[in-house]
Amino acid sequence: MINKIWFFIIAFSVAFAATNGKLEALNEEIFTSLKSSVDISLGLLGNLMLWCGILKAAEKAGLVEKLGYIIRPVLGLLFRDIPEKSAAMGAMVMNITSNMLGLGNAATPFGLKAMAELQKYNKDKNTATNAMALFLVINGAPICLIPSTVMSIRASLGSNNPGAVIIPSMITSLAALTVGVICCKIFEKREGKME
Amino acid sequence: MKTVIPFIILFMLTYGYIKGVPVYEAFIEGAKEGMNITLRIFPYIVAMLLAVGMLRASGGLALIGLILKPVTVLLKVPEEILPLIIMKPLSGSGALGVLADILKRVGPDSLTGIIACTIISSTETIFYTITVYFGSIGIKNIRHTLMAALMADITAIIVAIAICSRMFG
Repeated sequence: MINKIWFFIIAFSVAFAATNGKLEALNEEIFTSLKSSVDISLGLLGNLMLWCGILKAAEKAGLVEKLGYIIRPVLGLLFRDIPEKSAAMGAMVMNITSNMLGLGNAATPFGLKAMAELQKYNKDKNTATNAMALFLVINGAPICLIPSTVMSIRASLGSNNPGAVIIPSMITSLAALTVGVICCKIFEKREGKME
Repeated sequence: MKTVIPFIILFMLTYGYIKGVPVYEAFIEGAKEGMNITLRIFPYIVAMLLAVGMLRASGGLALIGLILKPVTVLLKVPEEILPLIIMKPLSGSGALGVLADILKRVGPDSLTGIIACTIISSTETIFYTITVYFGSIGIKNIRHTLMAALMADITAIIVAIAICSRMFG
């Protein structure tokens, strides 16, 4: 799927740019995007080293297991095939908690760690498990308590009430999350029947 | 809220220190893991930024907006936020740039502005996340992940428009 999407985006872009005379801009963008990927990756390198380092200290002290007591029961219900006290569950809990606080940079290392831990429960290492799909879908509908970046942009553009978006965002996320989880469960069942 | 990060660091390290964990050595050990993860996902970041950048530069992103116009009229999606809906699943920083552009034109407190903000904070860069997360562990068959994530994304857009129109319309 990703192979197809990626290929067609690029093929379409080149063909389209060629027909409407934007090849020069396209050429320029290729090298700009390379430069920004290096910038982003360098930023990520520092962030990942910081958070993986901090997480390791907390992990060794058993903090990860303790922190997620509030959302862990809910996750336990959704991820029946993942042991409650596992490192996989701990990383997922931390990822979701970080996302809720709007700490996107902190959430990513936990998320990547969660995927690595979930892979240990996977029998076919090339194929996603139900748990991985569900985790990514939950990740895709973040219930953000403090959307700090969006509020900052609003404030900088002269908004009278930058926080006006908090309540609608939470309601919206909750609805998206519910639909996403239900879809996951339906798709799982349907696939199981086909086999 | 940015100032919460030092306290999270302090809290975690203090907890470890009290429990007798050699925190410095643990940090170094974890940081090495973080370095390896970055090296592994670097190529995925290059691939995604390249594709999205090319789509934008070629004018393809604008064309898709034009093609989707009947759908957006039907779902009452304000035309201004269409680039945001397309960009958000692909690139988080790209979407923030688009958001700033929208808010500048329609005003941050206008209905369209609030809808745009609600959509951006209740959706995620699903294509990017799926590529990077699955890429980091070598998964090739992602099964129903993208479909379910897209359903959640579409729900968020529809609900955001409905809720904001009721609250601020």
